[in-house]
Amino acid sequence: MTAKIVSFNLNGRDVDVMVKPLTTLQKLLREDLGYTAVKIGCKQGGCGSCTVLVDGEPMMSCLLPVEDVAGRRVTTLEGLAQGDELHPVQEAFFENYAIQCGYCSPGMIMVSTALLEHNAHPSREEIVEALSGNICRCTGYEPIIRAVSTAAERMNGNGSR
Amino acid sequence: MVAETPLNVVGTSVPRRDGLGHVTGKTIYVDDIKFPDMLHLKVVRSPIPYGKLNGIDLSEAEKVPGFVRALTHRDVPKNVYTILTLIGVQPDDEPVLAVDKVMYVGEPIAAILAETEEAAMEAVSKVRLDLEPWEPVLDVEEALKPGAPIIKDWGTNYFIYDYEYGQANECRKVRLGDVDKAFEEADFIVEGRYQTKPIEHAPVETTGCVAKPEPDGRFTVYTNTQALFFTLDNTALILQIPFQKLHFVGGTVGGGFGGKVDVIVEPLATLGAMKTGRPVKYRFTRDEEMRASSSRGAWRMYFKDGVMKDGRIIARKVVTYADSGAYHRHTPYAVTKHAANVAGPYYIPNVWIDVYCVYTNRQPGSAMRGFGVTPASFAVEVQMDKIAETVGLDPWAIRFINAYRNGDIRPHRKVVDDATLIEVMQAAADMVGYDLPDEYRQMSSNDREGGNG
Amino acid sequence: MAKVRGVGIAAVNYPTGMNLGGDPSQALIHATTTGNFVISLSSTDLGQGLKTVIAQIGAEALGVPFENVLIDTADTDTGPHCMGTFASRATHRVGNAVIRAAQEAKRVLLEVAADELEVAPEDLETDGQGFVRVKGSPDRSISVIDVALAAHFKYGKTISGRGMYIKPKSEVDPETGAMDPDSAEAHACTVAEVEVDTETGEVTVLSLKSVYEVGRQVNPALVEGQIRGGSWMGMSHALYETTHPYYPTVDHMPTSFSEYLMPGPMELPEIEMRVLEYPSHTGPYGVKGVGEMTANSPIPAIANAIYNAVGVRCTELPITPEMILRGLEEKQAREAMPAD
Repeated sequence: MTAKIVSFNLNGRDVDVMVKPLTTLQKLLREDLGYTAVKIGCKQGGCGSCTVLVDGEPMMSCLLPVEDVAGRRVTTLEGLAQGDELHPVQEAFFENYAIQCGYCSPGMIMVSTALLEHNAHPSREEIVEALSGNICRCTGYEPIIRAVSTAAERMNGNGSR
Repeated sequence: MVAETPLNVVGTSVPRRDGLGHVTGKTIYVDDIKFPDMLHLKVVRSPIPYGKLNGIDLSEAEKVPGFVRALTHRDVPKNVYTILTLIGVQPDDEPVLAVDKVMYVGEPIAAILAETEEAAMEAVSKVRLDLEPWEPVLDVEEALKPGAPIIKDWGTNYFIYDYEYGQANECRKVRLGDVDKAFEEADFIVEGRYQTKPIEHAPVETTGCVAKPEPDGRFTVYTNTQALFFTLDNTALILQIPFQKLHFVGGTVGGGFGGKVDVIVEPLATLGAMKTGRPVKYRFTRDEEMRASSSRGAWRMYFKDGVMKDGRIIARKVVTYADSGAYHRHTPYAVTKHAANVAGPYYIPNVWIDVYCVYTNRQPGSAMRGFGVTPASFAVEVQMDKIAETVGLDPWAIRFINAYRNGDIRPHRKVVDDATLIEVMQAAADMVGYDLPDEYRQMSSNDREGGNG
Repeated sequence: MAKVRGVGIAAVNYPTGMNLGGDPSQALIHATTTGNFVISLSSTDLGQGLKTVIAQIGAEALGVPFENVLIDTADTDTGPHCMGTFASRATHRVGNAVIRAAQEAKRVLLEVAADELEVAPEDLETDGQGFVRVKGSPDRSISVIDVALAAHFKYGKTISGRGMYIKPKSEVDPETGAMDPDSAEAHACTVAEVEVDTETGEVTVLSLKSVYEVGRQVNPALVEGQIRGGSWMGMSHALYETTHPYYPTVDHMPTSFSEYLMPGPMELPEIEMRVLEYPSHTGPYGVKGVGEMTANSPIPAIANAIYNAVGVRCTELPITPEMILRGLEEKQAREAMPAD
């Protein structure tokens, strides 16, 4: 099958890439473009460690053909911090010890960031539901839930329900 | 090494050193490492649990574009090994690549090296195996019955203990006092059968390594093993190369839980690098991590306890069958650890423990968080509740009455010197608002002068 | 058909160290010219935070700020031998090795400082803030940086140390099993509250309340991390996980996370914890080790709580809804039988 050119916006920059059809976004980002914060946990859509944002929506890059993001805005964890200033979600994860081995963290942070873009004051149930597609084997989830609440307060004030 | 002066740093919740790397995604894990000209290694695995391996046909696999070469057992200098050789366990029993039989579904038979992961996987799918299935041995007690098919080359389905003493014991034994006499004196006999099924470590990062030839003839192996030197030494022994040829680099692991101590990927990757002169990456897929990498083995435990009316356990007999799966890995070691803990944190004057390390045709069991003690604690604590019910005491009472104190002797004859079971139970009762009777409130781990040692 | 609640307890011990010992770890410490201390190891951090904890122990033992202690691990060319991270051994063994290395390095630090300040080394102490000062006269001091510079460029001394810790390997008596398997025993007690749905057999863990006795917490936040992670993994082991759902057959082994069940954040119980510290005789600052024990006590506590709720004694793991429903049927059948 012949390769084709796909153009999209990656972490704020317009890129043109040449890919064989059905190449996954995960493979392109990790191997061709060097964005290794996109992790490989299962390549089965089962763990969420490959989560990136496509037009602000969390998607599993291991299941997403590159062609499907043509013309769209893709964000990886590498695109979250502004220069050397961490995004509030990153800060909150760090301060709340919501990281142990760190392997699920990129996916968790992306999913949490997307949630807070849509929902300024998520309830605990809403946070839990947003995280339910991401597996963590180390923390027992509670520190991650706390980190998201903390980040919500920082970003959007104390209007929690 | 107890502090006499106040502590400055120990005891404080400083932030994680590696935390910023984790939240920015800048931490490098093994799978993030790649080199120019790097090859990918994928393994051909047995589809059957037990059988004769008559032949491997690579002809179709070799035609796959990107195929570079295959490795079979003939390429491995010391193909049959055991990782516990480093602590004196014998005999060598596990092939890096299968020779003339297969012992579990997922057992490695051949390794394919290719330019891309996809090419390697495609080549693996095109390898033809000539296999003749045999009836697998799957149940630990069936495996020990007279007349059972013997699946291990040394002639028994159990690990032979104490050969270093010139003995050949079929299990690890612990003996204290006289359980039979105590059973006769006991007011109640309480029995139980406990079974834990195998589970997986399931770290989010799968097992993997990259082996890279260096210009000076050495090999650098980037690995997520939990034990660098243990893995280096075993790799050198398997490849029959001087230890100084290997340079292992790692230390950042995406979850271990005991699943990354088996020296599974490094020997083949390094062999591939030796044979091709190119870097080789061998990383488990999630399917391989679930079905081929080691599990927490299954444990089957039979308890027989002699108990007095007042709740004291005066005799405990435990017979455990540990399911090692097809090979030793670390189970012979775990059996001893289990034997040291399966009577529980209780003072019991008469104890008989037999723990068998049994081989079956399944994915080998190995170390996992709590190794040998997790199943023991499960069985002991459910058994304690059973005893409580039989005797007519509540679950707290039965534990306080039997809890070991400092100075007590444990079944393996070590004298307890850091008991705090009573204290944690008192604090737990407090925490949940359970009103402990005074006699238990007043107990302490130091209240047996001289102990029962 | 109802949802029935029950409470169960479990009290456990957990041994520290590779069983029987014989598992050494080494550490090398050296000071840079600017008074930072590098601890060279070949130990691995699995995510539990070993690199942080060891830096804390090193800083404490050297008497310098945490920020000035760097951990260099893991590389077999530069790091001395370590048996590995498993069996709840790492903080205990590596910590002890680091303390010994730090003691040797600190001796040289104080000797050089003593020469600079023209006092005896016994009269000096570190203040944990980056200075070496005269005991009782804190205004007479010299910065660690200046001591390091003097050591390197004036006295020609290395401020460095070597440390090694091993619990000698114990034999096992073939007849009696007499052995010395461990360096310390940590203890835990968990109280579990569950709710069992008698129609579906599903178990909801409502709370896991535990007390852990760990000798000494080096980093309380990281200990809490082990308790939360371990509680969750214990619950998962008790009620959800297996690679062999039809053990001892090898049928239907899971190949993905959709088949290998683990509870998600929706299934989290309320977790309450308290940590006690009874320093061990053998651990660094009394540390025992906590990484494995936290996953053990919840398991039987949950099984016992289920029995308390519905009278079904679950003796196999994982405890599945099917097992509970069968148990309820058997219990009903037993109770329906006419008394003899």
